[in-house]
Amino acid sequence: MSEKEHKVSRRQFLSYCLMGVGGFMAAAAVTPMARFALDPALEAGGESDYVSVASVDDLTEEPKRFDFKVTVEDAWYESEQSRTAWIYREGNEIIALSPVCTHLGCTVNWDANEDHPNQFYCPCHHGRFEKSGKNIANTPPTRPLDVYDMEVRDGTVYLGRTIQR
Amino acid sequence: MLQKIYDWIDERLDITPMWRDIADHEVPEHVNPAHHFSAFVYCFGGLTFFVTVIQILSGMFLTMYYVPDIIHAYESVYFLQNEVTHGVIVRGMHHWGASLVIVMMFLHTLRVFFTGSYKKPRELNWVVGVLIFFVMLGLGFTGYLLPWDMKAYFATVVGLEIAESAPVIGGFAKALLAGGEIIGAQTLTRFFAIHVFFLPGALLGLLGAHFYMIRKQGISGPL
Repeated sequence: MSEKEHKVSRRQFLSYCLMGVGGFMAAAAVTPMARFALDPALEAGGESDYVSVASVDDLTEEPKRFDFKVTVEDAWYESEQSRTAWIYREGNEIIALSPVCTHLGCTVNWDANEDHPNQFYCPCHHGRFEKSGKNIANTPPTRPLDVYDMEVRDGTVYLGRTIQR
Repeated sequence: MLQKIYDWIDERLDITPMWRDIADHEVPEHVNPAHHFSAFVYCFGGLTFFVTVIQILSGMFLTMYYVPDIIHAYESVYFLQNEVTHGVIVRGMHHWGASLVIVMMFLHTLRVFFTGSYKKPRELNWVVGVLIFFVMLGLGFTGYLLPWDMKAYFATVVGLEIAESAPVIGGFAKALLAGGEIIGAQTLTRFFAIHVFFLPGALLGLLGAHFYMIRKQGISGPL
């Protein structure tokens, strides 16, 4: 298109100027506010803090329930919350499973249903998991139980955050 | 594309006359700074409204983090200002904007006064303007308490003492504003409710009346 065909009337030019300046001012005002509101969604997850949970000597081949406390920092509010882990050893390996059912977040229990011994059982929708945490086919959960990030130091098991498998 | 969407809606709802009614009107020469630069004094009303819009927007966003509770209010303000990205900007806009509204409103009032724009037939608009002035002062007074720091607390103590010094109704007015004997938990929730719901509601109604009247009567003539 040549310059001649592309005519901009004085009114159009002024309205473009007005829209440009207005848009700039609106953006300058709204951008910080939008980022402010989006902040929780854009913040990366925090660091893993390890908490001492159990002594290695207490562990058996059978998963055992261990309750422990973690300090949770929720914005301006700091609180202690309890967590649970099902921990067992398999040879030299130690496995710590989260009790949160991967279906809808109820709490699973080891060996709690007579019909399904030696499995993790969720009472909400009959979800079941093997000892390894692997979900059993044809029950509601679609992935294995989460495992805890773990460290073993001087015969003590330290747990951090849960990791999805 | 945008034009097509607009045309589609306009064809069905005939929205053009609505916004033309609001936005399309002559600006007389004596209020246009392009003709007489001194006419910039006519901008103060619009600037007051502009800053008010900023106040409403930034205030809406601040309530995403603020909590009106005597134990957590200060912590939540500290958190939103120092931990949340751009928090210092958003709170800064609300903080400085609050003073700017008063300044702009004062200049707007001076212009109306010295151009005699309050005279017949615009007396009612002056009255509404004065009501807006009081609502703005109320917003400033109630908002000042919300960070719940020493300055906020003692400013409110003094403000409520002033209310108490009023004859006859003083004690009642103070108890009503403070939500009881103590300037504490109930005062804070009360001031918060007044600051974010009651006064802004009143303000929007009054602004609507203010703008309706100026459009109905037109801007006052040249000096």
